[in-house]
Amino acid sequence: MKEILYYTWGAIVSFVVAFSVGITYMGLNRKITARVQNRYGPPWYQNFIDVIKLYSKKTSIHHGVMHHMGPAFIMVTAVVSLLVIPILNGNKFFPNLNFQGDLIFLLYIMVFGPLGMALGAGQTGNPNSAIGVTRGLSQMAGFEIPWVMALVALMIQYKTTSIVDLMNVQVESGRWLMFSSPFAFLAAVMAMLGMFRYAPFDIVGAPQELASGPMSENGGKYLFVMMSAGSVFTFAKLTLYVDIFMGGADNLIILVVKTFTLYLIPMLYGITSPRYRTEQSVRWFWGWPSFFGLLAILQAALF
Amino acid sequence: MINDKNSQKIVDIIQNFARQHSLWVLAYGTGCGAIELPPTMTSRYDAERLGVRGAATPRQADVLLITGYLTTKTLKRVIRVYEQMQDPKYVIGFGSCTINGGMYWDSYNTIKALDRYMPVDIYINGCMPRPEAVLSGFAKLQKLIQAGKADGAKKYKENLEWYRANQKNVIPNWRMPEYNW
Ligand code: SF4
Repeated sequence: MKEILYYTWGAIVSFVVAFSVGITYMGLNRKITARVQNRYGPPWYQNFIDVIKLYSKKTSIHHGVMHHMGPAFIMVTAVVSLLVIPILNGNKFFPNLNFQGDLIFLLYIMVFGPLGMALGAGQTGNPNSAIGVTRGLSQMAGFEIPWVMALVALMIQYKTTSIVDLMNVQVESGRWLMFSSPFAFLAAVMAMLGMFRYAPFDIVGAPQELASGPMSENGGKYLFVMMSAGSVFTFAKLTLYVDIFMGGADNLIILVVKTFTLYLIPMLYGITSPRYRTEQSVRWFWGWPSFFGLLAILQAALF
Repeated sequence: MINDKNSQKIVDIIQNFARQHSLWVLAYGTGCGAIELPPTMTSRYDAERLGVRGAATPRQADVLLITGYLTTKTLKRVIRVYEQMQDPKYVIGFGSCTINGGMYWDSYNTIKALDRYMPVDIYINGCMPRPEAVLSGFAKLQKLIQAGKADGAKKYKENLEWYRANQKNVIPNWRMPEYNW
């Protein structure tokens, strides 16, 4: 009983931390984008205000059951991956549900949300949503390949499928996997650009082209759920990268510094790029990132 | 506890604050006034610092901008867009064309006063209004929201028959889906 309470409490605390950090990052993203475009920009807490406003909107849209479930799928994905990914080294303060094989589990669960959203978007009958979904799934076929290759390389090299084991390897040897498996890191970071869907890979929700794609029929509270899930998922993904490649973190401050540094990569790459077309994007992922993934597997198998 | 009056007041203050500082705009570019929106949104005047931001679809938007004259044909689409938006929603009429017809006052196929067909919360006059005027319009709307007085949507629901009669008066072939908003 005490254990259950402990885990529930831990889950709530990690959710709140992930939500506030993630949404602050997205607000900072808007601010930095504005500064790069020589604007003053919204305050960093603008996204908090947006979220409260979205929650306080009355929402009466009905397109069918799947449409209501779509945002819930995304939320479930975000929360489950957050619970599986260890937040700090040695499971300090944040209990989590890691187990042997959680890397493989994560690979599956991370595509679960977009698939559920695809079903929901399909039911709205909005042509923009349908186009957005097809684009999203093709892009996923693009970036999943270097991402899986990078993870498989790590699994081969260290003979484990557990994130905690990978973190322990780095703590014991004192060397980040980023340096001992550089090709895997490169492939994974390039795949991350697609995962975050910032420009030039924002072909899914392109607002000027597709009217925000899969979520074009979702306003008010649906958008609230999606935005919160997005911020939790942002934090979860960044934490996963820090855990695997940058030696994890001993406390929250180090974690925030590391994740924000990592977050700057897709952000700055996005601000300075225009948008790709779908086939360009897929081709990009099957080019250099996959090549680096292959090199990573070779390195893991041969050395 | 949740239902008592004082806690409702606090909730209202928080909600109105959030609504006031996060206005997602659906710019329905009907007339010439739409050309003033790009400068309002981009580096020179930067409306995003006030929380004003473009929304992609009516479902996500809070503010509907009618940027100029409306032909009867466009009016039909605008009404549909307005009814798809989620409460609370606001309408800004842009330019003298929405107020009294402007230079199209004797045109055979534009409407004269937008107010007869849709509830307008704020008018911005001028032909066309400069970005400064647009920003001051937004600031006025924010003040109204803060005071809880921007209730155009409520007016629309209460006087739906009157609005519908006016709309059907000018739109000859009225074939619109019924919404359950
Ligand atoms: S008010 Fe003037 S600028 Fe605006 S739509 Fe009418 S004619 Fe054009």
